[in-house]
Amino acid sequence: MTIPEVLFREVGKSFAASATPVLEGIDLAIERGEFVSIIGPSGCGKSTLLKMVAGLTACTTGEICVNGMTPNNAREMVSFVFQEPTLLPWRTVEKNVSLALDLERRTTREARAATVAKLLELVGLSHVAKHYPRQLSGGMKMRTSIARALATRPRLLLMDEPFAALDEMSRDRMNEELLRLREEQNWTVLFVTHSVAEAVFLASKVIVLAPHPGRVAHVIDVAMPYPRTAATRESDEFDEIVSRTSRLLREAHRL
Amino acid sequence: MKQRLWFVGSSVVVFALMLLLWQAVIWVFAVQPYMLPTPWLVAKMVVLRMPDLLAALSITAEEAIAGAAASIVVGVVVALVFARAEWIRKLFFPYTILLQTVPVMAVAPLIIMWIGTGFIAVALIVFIFCLPAIIANTTQGLISVDENLVQLFLMNNATPWQMLQKLRFPNSLPNLFVGIRISSGVAVIGAIIGELFAGSTSVGRGGLGYSILYAQTQVQTAYLFALVIAATALGFAFFFAVMFFEWLMLHHWHESATAGQRE
Repeated sequence: MTIPEVLFREVGKSFAASATPVLEGIDLAIERGEFVSIIGPSGCGKSTLLKMVAGLTACTTGEICVNGMTPNNAREMVSFVFQEPTLLPWRTVEKNVSLALDLERRTTREARAATVAKLLELVGLSHVAKHYPRQLSGGMKMRTSIARALATRPRLLLMDEPFAALDEMSRDRMNEELLRLREEQNWTVLFVTHSVAEAVFLASKVIVLAPHPGRVAHVIDVAMPYPRTAATRESDEFDEIVSRTSRLLREAHRL
Repeated sequence: MKQRLWFVGSSVVVFALMLLLWQAVIWVFAVQPYMLPTPWLVAKMVVLRMPDLLAALSITAEEAIAGAAASIVVGVVVALVFARAEWIRKLFFPYTILLQTVPVMAVAPLIIMWIGTGFIAVALIVFIFCLPAIIANTTQGLISVDENLVQLFLMNNATPWQMLQKLRFPNSLPNLFVGIRISSGVAVIGAIIGELFAGSTSVGRGGLGYSILYAQTQVQTAYLFALVIAATALGFAFFFAVMFFEWLMLHHWHESATAGQRE
């Protein structure tokens, strides 16, 4: 039996001893190479769940294993993409992308520059490599942020509503690009979103959370084959899964 | 371009009208030159005593620069300490405000008692004038870092030094420059006030503030006016030097440094 990429065992989280826990009894196993979308109403602890996997906050009960290790020890194989691009405004695009590599200082300057150049080409930003973030559009900033996350060659990508601030058209395009990048690099992804259509389009598995306390209400398998393209969104199968997921999400809200 | 010409033209006209008003007051009320000299007399004095003016100006400029530079160095160090922990700020920040509210003029006699008159005393007064703005603004910049960026650095196992050097310090630069801008204004004022109290170690020779006092006792009113003009020019020079330096450092990435351009 192989070790799951991410394992949640009876995971709970509360910020104050008396209050309703944010998360309770999360039991999940995510296999290597899966693309898992997590949806749920606001306040159901989606972001907290990701932060715990990243080792940014500890769980109150239970445990999380990332590739058999504690989140803190697994940090080096994990990258996080925030809802905002969170770029350093005083660094150019290429310098932002190389941030993690600069902090590690494990490779030579030339090697880092080569890695960055390749990544920028991959996300289509080579032409703005020397630009500063304030000169970029929202979509370009987000692409920079994703390129930065990919620079350390992560096995596991944690994405916290990364496209929420984009308009629908840019969001759809970014979704397609994200899947295309995954074809090449094959990471496992935990993707938090508010949008059912986005969750279904991207994921091999959609997890619906219910609030107060946050817990797993449903796990929906999305059997549509990859590679998925814009045409996937027009298929009946896609529509069917989206409407089923929406219904389950509504029910979860009432739980 | 046409707009700019119009602006320059009208500014010159307004300036000329001001001078005319000044001259008119003297004519109408028959004011004596030792009370209020004519613009022409002042202009003549500026040219005639240029070497004296420049000597006084450079003394004041040096005092102001020394005091302001010391306040930047000390202010940044104090801000770094303040940024370490909330309890440090809670305990010690009130003293920064105290430093700002204590009237320097009341402390000046003490300073003279302790270290005598002259360059160091004046620079110290400038330093006290400038320090609070540097500390307050830099501390603010060091602690108001996007929480997500802090987490990003933590996730990449950044050392405390990297956190400071690559995140907190660059983040605080715009605030530091706000502090420097405020300080550059009060530095010249501080130097002149300092000189009124502790200006010079030898009679007749000193910076602008000292020379203003001296000109007053000698009833050299026209020269006094020339000194006031020099003091104003020095203040302007400080302000624009800082603006330029700020633009140089920040215009790539920060809005504050480019706001002037877009207008």
